[in-house]
Amino acid sequence: MADQIVETIPVTIDGVEVRVPKGTLAIRAAEMAGIAIPRFCDHPLLDPVGACRQCMVEVPDAGNGRGFPMPQAACTLATAPGMQIKTQLTSEMAKAAQVGIQELILINHPLDCPICDKGGECPLQNQAYANGRTETRYEGAKRQYPKPLPLSAQIGLDRERCILCARCTRFAEQIAGDPLIALAERGAVQQVGLFADEPFNSYFSGNVVQLCPVGALTATSYRFTARPFDLVSTDTTCEGCAAGCSLRADHRHFEVRRRLAGANPEVNEEWNCDKGRFAFVSARGDDRLKTPLVRRDGELRPASWPEAVDAAVAGLRGAKKVGVITGGRLTVENAYGYAKFARVALGTNNIDFRTRPASAEEAGFLADQVAGKSFGQGVTYEGLEKAKQVVLVCFEPEDEAPIVFLRLRKAVRKKKLKVLAIAALRSYGCGKLNAELLQTAPGDEAAVVAGLKLDADSVVLVGERAASVPGLLSAVVKSCHKAGAKLAWIPRRAGDRGAVEAGCLPNLLPGGRPVAEASARVDVAAAWGVELPAEAGLDAEAMLACELDALVVGGANLDDFASAKAARRGVERAGFVVSLEQRASDVTELADVVFPVALIEDQSGTFLNWEHRPGRIGLVNPQATNKMTDLRVLAALADALGKPLGARQARQAAAELAELGVWGKPVGFAEAKAASGDGQGLRVASWRLLLDNGRSQDGEANLKQTARQAVAKLSPADAGALGLSCGDIAELSGPDGAAELPVAVADGLAEGVVVVPANSGGFALSALGVAHGGRLSVSKKGGK
Amino acid sequence: MIGTLTPVLSANWGAPQSWKYDAYVKQGGYEGAKKALKMPPADVVGLVKDAGLRGRGGAGFPTGVKWSFVPQDNPNPKYLVVNGDESEPGTCKDMPLLLASPHTLVEGIVISAYAINCHLAFVYIRGEVLHVHRRVQQAVKEAYDKGWLGKDIQGSGYDLDIIVHAGAGAYICGEETALLDSLEGRRGQPRLRPPFPAVEGLYASPTVINNVESIATVPSILANGKEWFQSMGTEKSKGFTIYSLSGHVARPGQYEAPLGITLRKLLELAGGVRDGHELKYWTPGGSSTPMLTPEHLDVPLDYEGLAAAGSMMGTKALQIFDETTSVVRTTLRWVEFYKHESCGKCTPCREGTWWLVQLLRQFEAGTAPEGGVDKLLDVAGIVNGKSFCALAGGACACVTSAVKHFREEFELGYTTPAWEAFPYERSALFAMDSLGGRA
Amino acid sequence: MSGHEFQTSFPDSGGVDFSDRDSNLDEAAMAELREIASRYPQPRSAIMPMLHLVQSYDGRISPAGVKACAEIAGVTEAQVSGVATFYTMYRRRPGGKHHIGVCTTALCAVMGGDALLESVERKLGIGPDETTADGMFSLERVECNAACDFAPVMMVNWEYMDNMTPAKAAQILDDLAVGNEVKASRGATITSWRDAERVLAGFPDGRADEGPSAGEASLRGTRLAAENKWTPPSAAEAAKIVAEQAKQEQSKAEGEKK
Repeated sequence: MADQIVETIPVTIDGVEVRVPKGTLAIRAAEMAGIAIPRFCDHPLLDPVGACRQCMVEVPDAGNGRGFPMPQAACTLATAPGMQIKTQLTSEMAKAAQVGIQELILINHPLDCPICDKGGECPLQNQAYANGRTETRYEGAKRQYPKPLPLSAQIGLDRERCILCARCTRFAEQIAGDPLIALAERGAVQQVGLFADEPFNSYFSGNVVQLCPVGALTATSYRFTARPFDLVSTDTTCEGCAAGCSLRADHRHFEVRRRLAGANPEVNEEWNCDKGRFAFVSARGDDRLKTPLVRRDGELRPASWPEAVDAAVAGLRGAKKVGVITGGRLTVENAYGYAKFARVALGTNNIDFRTRPASAEEAGFLADQVAGKSFGQGVTYEGLEKAKQVVLVCFEPEDEAPIVFLRLRKAVRKKKLKVLAIAALRSYGCGKLNAELLQTAPGDEAAVVAGLKLDADSVVLVGERAASVPGLLSAVVKSCHKAGAKLAWIPRRAGDRGAVEAGCLPNLLPGGRPVAEASARVDVAAAWGVELPAEAGLDAEAMLACELDALVVGGANLDDFASAKAARRGVERAGFVVSLEQRASDVTELADVVFPVALIEDQSGTFLNWEHRPGRIGLVNPQATNKMTDLRVLAALADALGKPLGARQARQAAAELAELGVWGKPVGFAEAKAASGDGQGLRVASWRLLLDNGRSQDGEANLKQTARQAVAKLSPADAGALGLSCGDIAELSGPDGAAELPVAVADGLAEGVVVVPANSGGFALSALGVAHGGRLSVSKKGGK
Repeated sequence: MIGTLTPVLSANWGAPQSWKYDAYVKQGGYEGAKKALKMPPADVVGLVKDAGLRGRGGAGFPTGVKWSFVPQDNPNPKYLVVNGDESEPGTCKDMPLLLASPHTLVEGIVISAYAINCHLAFVYIRGEVLHVHRRVQQAVKEAYDKGWLGKDIQGSGYDLDIIVHAGAGAYICGEETALLDSLEGRRGQPRLRPPFPAVEGLYASPTVINNVESIATVPSILANGKEWFQSMGTEKSKGFTIYSLSGHVARPGQYEAPLGITLRKLLELAGGVRDGHELKYWTPGGSSTPMLTPEHLDVPLDYEGLAAAGSMMGTKALQIFDETTSVVRTTLRWVEFYKHESCGKCTPCREGTWWLVQLLRQFEAGTAPEGGVDKLLDVAGIVNGKSFCALAGGACACVTSAVKHFREEFELGYTTPAWEAFPYERSALFAMDSLGGRA
Repeated sequence: MSGHEFQTSFPDSGGVDFSDRDSNLDEAAMAELREIASRYPQPRSAIMPMLHLVQSYDGRISPAGVKACAEIAGVTEAQVSGVATFYTMYRRRPGGKHHIGVCTTALCAVMGGDALLESVERKLGIGPDETTADGMFSLERVECNAACDFAPVMMVNWEYMDNMTPAKAAQILDDLAVGNEVKASRGATITSWRDAERVLAGFPDGRADEGPSAGEASLRGTRLAAENKWTPPSAAEAAKIVAEQAKQEQSKAEGEKK
């Protein structure tokens, strides 16, 4: 699909003729000519509003030979061919208008810059210095409000500082789709308001703090903790999910104080989600691992690094049946370290990053459809915007990849994108995408996929949950292939896409090389200088199901598996367990040797996002207390095992991986069949909410307060049959146990289905031993 | 011959139960609509355009031309919205019309909606006029009962519904795009233009917004023809209109006359300025139109005449103030009105009216600093022409026109409270002990 | 001098009053709210009349009322709250049985509105935006109510009380206080503010036929014209005038050519 040729028109700005795309606003045209017009309400990603009136320009000729007698707001003025625009640089009229507006904006703005969080990075402060009067002529009292007004646990509003630019309210309505804040009152008392019973609990609420051109909106967690000029900023990439947002992380005294969305037009534009913005403090608690631990006499005790390495090597050496399980937090380089360690140091293909419900079908799918591709070969954010139709399969973008959600919403609003969701219920997020629901019971998605009407302008986005539905990934591949539709797999975690590429799978070597393919093995064997096992290894679930002699675990949580109980049993039964972790966890507690590893802010490296786009991880904190990355620990172990890893630094690992390159040959994919969904109880539709009990976000109390309530959603018919109504407590039981959740009766939910969050509130689905598509029996608490 | 006054809209206001359908029909009501429904819609547009009817709500845009902007090939429904938010200070013509003869409006809507292929029309009436709502609600119901609304109107095959909508207290909703937002259940704040309502108005569909009086004038044009309408008024301001006289005039009220009549003539008809007093200043069309003085008594009250005199036709709300009145006092009170009614959307209006009020309060209290008049004009200057809509311009117009004509009275505010220079009780229409000074 | 207070501190602004969660919105009320919504092509358009109805039930915009409107209109409570706080007719707190408005925009103020307001304040013992202790009256300084030819004007439950004087106003308030019948100058017999809000929500009370067609001032032009036999031209006269105008224009154009 060739891009349409953009028609351009000539306009003259301060005497300089430029050609701009037709329809360009005067303020954008001036930017293209290198001329900055002061502004507050204007934001290129929000619909124009023309509220602050700061960007006044003179228009001596509107392109038709006639000019405007009065200055015009450049942010709402569409250019026309031949239009003449004079900014403050060449027009007294424009300059006087801008000075006047600046004075009016300031008459009610407090002079509290020295104690304002925004002071030092404040557009109002900067532009007042640049374009304003030196002294005010206003002698009256300024407007006052009680301060601050909490908009949510996370966001506070100092109304007297607000200049009513409506950026925040426009963001909430237009971008996030959560108009929980709205302008209230009118005239001089107009203010940003909310309904006290419904706080601004948007997944994207933090953006309004960054978007605010004054210090009116502040984050509870950052308020009064630092001045902008005391902060040291580093560009980095978010570890929160597979969206790959650019971030700016600011530290003061070597402690990260805040994170901001980075400007990356191709990925996150200028937004990020609250998890990415606020959750970064999760590893600051007492459970942070500071030294290696070695189990002696049944107890984990602090040990020196050499002691711990010796203990680990003693346990690993000679182990016959070994396995490696990695989690979602790993950088590409660390993942590569594990992939190589398993093969080189342990001589096994028993390695898997899928610490969640997974299947052999999925492993095949990843090998055939995902691995070994490079950025640009598959679907991108831009591709989502250009698509005519996007189908969501086992994927809730707002929860699982919030920036994908924002881009889809943008395309829905601006480009009339049609979104179809194959699910049991039109979720809140899908509602905001105006998605058409193709309703199905969880587990039966494959049948709907088979009947999809797709074409070359369609994109199918499939989430990681698809692995728990037999035959679904096969159906997706088949349908997309037949119609020439594009397909993208969007995992939930930041490290997953990189783990596939690095070879953290039992059937895959780095670069998408199938283990089973001799010529593929040869590449790697040559590069690594070792013999590689020819047999595909065990996946994570299988490793935990058999009694391993030794297990190396990096960054896994047992309650992410379909059955936390089974996973725990698997670790318990392993003869020897080495754990590489940042914080004490359910794995470290069972391990024989524990190595503390560096936080993401304490290292550099790369994440691959769902598009396969590399995102650079910048070293944010140059004075980290523990600089030992997973890779360095593994390298030390490999050295001690006498099978050196070669790479010990991220850049070395990255170079090796780059040198290996991608396999680039078709792999082929053995289709799997759909299973019958018979059984007792209600089918479970479940996914992880963005804000839940995940360990990467559990240190931020304010963030947690904005999470959505954990409820079990039932159709009216099922609720009626079970004697349950809204607010009642339901008891849900599965093979591993039972748990309780308050009931919400959801109109429009398919019958025979219960929708539960995977890990929210007091509820964890894995504790019941069930995954999406499985079955739970539901009853009224205290009833029969 | 053309009378000095030409009651058309107001002709039936004194008739018994004039607001009822039967009384209206007895006076020749719905004859215009009968004619219109037999014409092709485009011919109705052409007729109103040719007649030269211009908007009676203030801006004076030709009504038929506005209708012709509706893109008939747009697949969305077309809407007609009648602006009955009459709130401009001094303006009091639409409310009596709707009280006395709501069917004139209903008939006008039937014709106008038919002309633009609209099947759902809205009447947006300010909320603070309860009995007007009763009368209009009833007239609409009667029109349904008599087959003038609903399906297949009078066997013509044309369908039309009317929704009567109550405002809730916001002058800004008289601004047509703010009215549309209000009608969509939003805060009544003006919208960006373009897109213009004719293309993307209510529910992003083609929409015509007309003042009550404009729509109410349409039936008479249909009934009597364009030449009849053109024969009244002046060269570019055709027809007749309702002039509203209020204030220090012997017989305030509604005077319907051909466009171009002068205030001198109207005052003569209304018994002059109240006994023993003389004209000091007046507004030609509400407080937003720059004030004029006795030297403008012979200015033709039409669009061109008033523009030439440095003011505007506005709503033809002639507010008359005699020599007892403090111009500082009325200016302050008007600017307080604009501050109260500012929607808050844009900086110059929101902050400018807030500041202007504070400055004017000093003038009223006699505490303005020496040189304060220049600062007052300066602040009005940084506000004027910068705002999103015309509201702030109205506030500035009353300040600048007042200072232009009565600068010395503002300068008196450096030393003397307005209530001392112009004891307020002398302006009131009833005797009182004393109103004293501002507490 | 009855001027506006200049307020710079706004401690209670921004939304409805959550300290009072009482509501009378029952199933019948919800049905009526839904009926309002069904009149419009889009339910959001019904927010304003729905809020009028909420006031007629709850005497103010209650939190429950905001919630109900949001649910029916398919928007957030914050959006409804933004609307409810924008328009002056929506109350944050309960008012009196009768709601008194005195116009003090420039013209009414000068004609006696300021004095009238002062007299009403003294009479009721309350200031603007206050309610009498017995709950009978609340008072508001209103802006121009489109009755300038009847200045000074007072509104009772949004009915016109024309050509007011302090004495006339006092009589009206006395009568209302004891339940005597009070008729609007151009309107119906006064009942209550809540009844008025119901009519504004689009539920007619069947009293459109009460009161005169027009007030004295409204009729002055029409009567004067009748006395003087002034009328618009007949069709024939109009044709003649237009033809004459055309001729004049033509000769003027020719004159300019020469």
